[in-house]
Amino acid sequence: MKIGLLHSLIRKEEKLLIEAFRNAGVEPVMIDDRKLIMDFHTAPDIDILVERSINHSRALHALRLFESAGVCCVNSHKVAQICGDKLLTTAALKDHGIAQPESRVAFTEQSALEAIEALGYPVVLKPAVGSWGRLLSKINDRDAAETVLEHKTVLGSYHHSIFYIQQYIDKQGRDIRSFVVGDDCVAAIYRSSDHWITNTARGAEASKCEVTPEVAEISLAAAKAVGGGIVAVDLFESDDGLLVNEVNYTMEFRNSIDTTGVDIPQVVANYVIGLVTQ
Amino acid sequence: MGFIMGECPVCAAEVEVADDAMAGELLVCDDCGAELELTGTDPVALAEAPSAEEDWGQ
Repeated sequence: MKIGLLHSLIRKEEKLLIEAFRNAGVEPVMIDDRKLIMDFHTAPDIDILVERSINHSRALHALRLFESAGVCCVNSHKVAQICGDKLLTTAALKDHGIAQPESRVAFTEQSALEAIEALGYPVVLKPAVGSWGRLLSKINDRDAAETVLEHKTVLGSYHHSIFYIQQYIDKQGRDIRSFVVGDDCVAAIYRSSDHWITNTARGAEASKCEVTPEVAEISLAAAKAVGGGIVAVDLFESDDGLLVNEVNYTMEFRNSIDTTGVDIPQVVANYVIGLVTQ
Repeated sequence: MGFIMGECPVCAAEVEVADDAMAGELLVCDDCGAELELTGTDPVALAEAPSAEEDWGQ
C-alpha cells in the first residue's frame, strides 16, 4: 500500500501521522510540495494522497492536479476549496441548512459599511482566506469600521477587498473545536481565552469537551456540507444553540490528543488505510 | 535515541538533532530561540525556517 503524504514543513502533526501510519505497518511516501513538479497528467505512484501542506494555496492546487492524474485525495480538492474560503464555507453550510452566525459579503468600502451598520455592532471582519485568527477585526463602532475598511482597501492585497462580515457572537470566552473523521465525530475540545479570538495559535487554552449528541450532529452535518473527509469544525455556543463558525480541512491536533484522550492521528491513519482497502 | 550536532545558522550555537529526525522538521535553537528547519540529515544541515505566510495554517 502506498500512502502519499503531501507536506511542506514537518510539524508535530505530520510527525504524529507518520508514526501512526508506521504503527499500522505503512511507511508513508513523503511528498514535499516545495519540490513538486506536476504535468497535469501524471502523479507520483501512490494509492491515495493525504494532504498536509501548511500553505492553503499549494494544497488547493496540488490536490486538483493529483485528482486530474487519477489519485484519490484526502481531503479532496472540493473540500479544500470550500473550507479554504469562508465565503464558500458559509454558502455550503447555508445550502445544507446548518446553523451559523449571520454574515454578509460586500465588495466596496461603502457597501461594506452599509452592511456593517445594518447588521449592527459589534461585527467581525474576516479575510475570506486566512487562518490562525490572523487579520480578524472586531469592529465595535462606525469609527472603527471606517478605519479598518479604508486600511484594508488601501493596504491590503486584492482579496482583502472582498469584505466578509460576520455577526459577533458573545461566546463567553470559549468556542468548541470538534474533530470529524469520516462518519465519526471522534473528539472535541474547548478553546478558552480572555481574548475574543480563541485560536490556540493565539494562546487559547485547550480543555476536553464531551462529544454530546448535539456536538456530534452539527459537526457531522457541517463536515458533510463541505464534502466530508477529515475536518475540524469550530463551533460557537449561542443562546440559539450551536453555530458553525468555520470548517478546517488540514486540521491541527497537537493540543487535542492528551486533552481528549483520543489518539487522533491513529484514527486518521486507520481511516485512510480503510479507504484504500475497502 | 541519539543525537547529532548541527550548527545554528543564526548564532552558530550547537543544536541537537535527533538521529531519527527527518528533513523538513522544525527545531528551535536553545541559545538564540531561532526557529530552524532541518534541510538535510546526512550531513545535518539547518536553515532558518520560512516565515509564516498569509495562507498558512488552520
